[in-house]
Amino acid sequence: MNAVISFLTEPYGFWVLTVIKIVLLLVIVLTVNAYLTWFERKVVALMQSRVGPHRVGPHGLLQPAADGLKFLFKEDAMPDGVDKFVYLLAPFLALTLALASLAVIPFGPQPLPFKFFGHQIDLWITNPDIGLLVLFSITALGVYGVALAGWASNSKYPLLGGLRSSAQMVSYELSMTMSVVGVLLMANSFSLTDIISKQDSAKWGALSWNIFTFHGGFPQIVGFLCFFISAIAETNRVPFDLPEAEQELVAGFHTEYSSFKFAMFFIAEYTSMITVSSLCAILFFGGWNSPFPSAPIWNFTHYLPSVILLPFGLWVIFDGLKYETLFGKVVLPGVGTAIAALGAVLIAFPAVNNYIQGPFWLLSKIFFFLFFYVWARGTLPRFRYDQLMNIGWKLLVPVSIANVIFTAGFVLYRSPS
Amino acid sequence: MSPALLVFFVLAALAIIGALSLILQKHPIHSALSLIVVMVSLAGLYLLLGAEFVAAVQIIVYGGAIMVLFVFVIMLLNAGEEEHTDFSKLAKFGGLPLALALTGLLAAAMVHHAGSVPNPTNPDALARTSSISIMLFSTFVYPFELTSFLILVAIMGALVLAQREKS
Amino acid sequence: MVPTQYYLILSAILFGLGAVAFVVKRNVITIFMSIELMLNAVNLAFVAFSQARGKLDGQVFVLFVIVVAAAEAAVGLGIIILTARNRRSLNVERVDLLKL
Repeated sequence: MNAVISFLTEPYGFWVLTVIKIVLLLVIVLTVNAYLTWFERKVVALMQSRVGPHRVGPHGLLQPAADGLKFLFKEDAMPDGVDKFVYLLAPFLALTLALASLAVIPFGPQPLPFKFFGHQIDLWITNPDIGLLVLFSITALGVYGVALAGWASNSKYPLLGGLRSSAQMVSYELSMTMSVVGVLLMANSFSLTDIISKQDSAKWGALSWNIFTFHGGFPQIVGFLCFFISAIAETNRVPFDLPEAEQELVAGFHTEYSSFKFAMFFIAEYTSMITVSSLCAILFFGGWNSPFPSAPIWNFTHYLPSVILLPFGLWVIFDGLKYETLFGKVVLPGVGTAIAALGAVLIAFPAVNNYIQGPFWLLSKIFFFLFFYVWARGTLPRFRYDQLMNIGWKLLVPVSIANVIFTAGFVLYRSPS
Repeated sequence: MSPALLVFFVLAALAIIGALSLILQKHPIHSALSLIVVMVSLAGLYLLLGAEFVAAVQIIVYGGAIMVLFVFVIMLLNAGEEEHTDFSKLAKFGGLPLALALTGLLAAAMVHHAGSVPNPTNPDALARTSSISIMLFSTFVYPFELTSFLILVAIMGALVLAQREKS
Repeated sequence: MVPTQYYLILSAILFGLGAVAFVVKRNVITIFMSIELMLNAVNLAFVAFSQARGKLDGQVFVLFVIVVAAAEAAVGLGIIILTARNRRSLNVERVDLLKL
């Protein structure tokens, strides 16, 4: 059925359910964003043999809250001679597009066991037939946030930074979309849930993921590398962050933005990091499929979430009790108790444990890719702009096209007709 | 009024407002932004017509590549607001009414021949991407290869135009 | 269900507005954008007919129109950049002589 018309003729309850899901997702993602900044600062610091934020709250856990308050209270200056409409539109556009791309990401295979007034509650906001194309459209439109911000600031450095950054984004968009075509050829569908279910093999486990495709397909290692490198460049992260590096272009396209508008760019960047990590996990690493096969011999791996959660929860409780502040003494043990209780519930109720396997594996893969991003930031030096464009056009585009050709040849060779 | 009709009117109004804004804005960057609004609302209309692949391609190619190119050029050339020049009298007093008459003629012709335009037999059908691709590679394979050649020619043309003078 | 004429009338209106913009505007980039608007209006008519007839030929043709528009935009903007650098102006009224 035409998806738009069927959405519109559903009864009232469906809209309420969608709005609730959106609000919940936004709250969760914004919190994750805030703690992602904390995580990044901590991990980069530990890689550089220093401690990172450790004053504001135990282990620096309240640092994101302090940063948020700082952003809210800074002076919101609008420079002279800017084009007001475009200047205000750019961060809004960047943030909206970055958050909108989360709508098509599926977080788990099975719907919740209870219904919302007769409507099934899936673990995604929407699952269109062209889910992956929707993500690429939103990425394609994301160039405007940067380009318009650079131009509207009426100043040399932001203009150069904005032009460079948007040229970089457009170049790497090409190899990003081409490197995914191999996965699409093997999955025969744009829908993300279809792509994940194609990587599901009871016999092979992790080896059936698109990286290795033991179950009949062309291994997409090259495609994954192309995609990940292009995605890092697309999101303007180190080592491709010349357009916003401080030593090079003051702060690039967001020089003239202060307080909340700058925070919007910041949130947009970290949210697109989360989206790209989820895409890597979904397209190349099996999504919500466990790396272990489904044979009964491997059933003990179902207890992995509890094995992680219980000791971690207990550690958080005992660590929190060491502090004297309110946050350390009360909130941390509370959080620790909740985590430990969740671990215990998972051991006690196998039905809940089975349900949580899918989302657990997907979230841990997303976490791993986010760690990879932060790891790259802490370790790699920055590319010069001409080196950056060389890699984009002369290395990644031919390699991803070659990947498409080989995968297509393999699929043709293996097809039954 | 069915929900589909309501969505159609909203998207159509958005498209027409965007097109009017293209004409009425003075700065080319605002015209470019209005054109992006038109393209996105047209993509919404394609979704309403069941053409989901075409809608996605419209946003990715038109909205994400062609319009980015326009915005780049406007930024590079530092285009300012339009100068206020005098129209030639013919254009001002004859041009606009004639253009509106053209639109009116087209619309009237369509309404007059409304009987011969069939209403869709299956308005809820969703065009599958696989069907489009099968058609593209079987019936339309010759134009397909020609368009790849056309893109190559365009790339070469753009490269030649971008060369510096060898003086 | 939206009757096909509604889409066609919208397509005619957008085409007319594109034609008006082509005639009225002075900036050469805006004139180029009005050409893109006219192409989009035609695309809408194609897709509307494709749904009406139940065949996919219209949508395939729309893909070709989009590709041709992209190629044309690339080369056209290159020419505009060169001309603008030569004449130092983006006003079409200044580009009306073959000699500089």
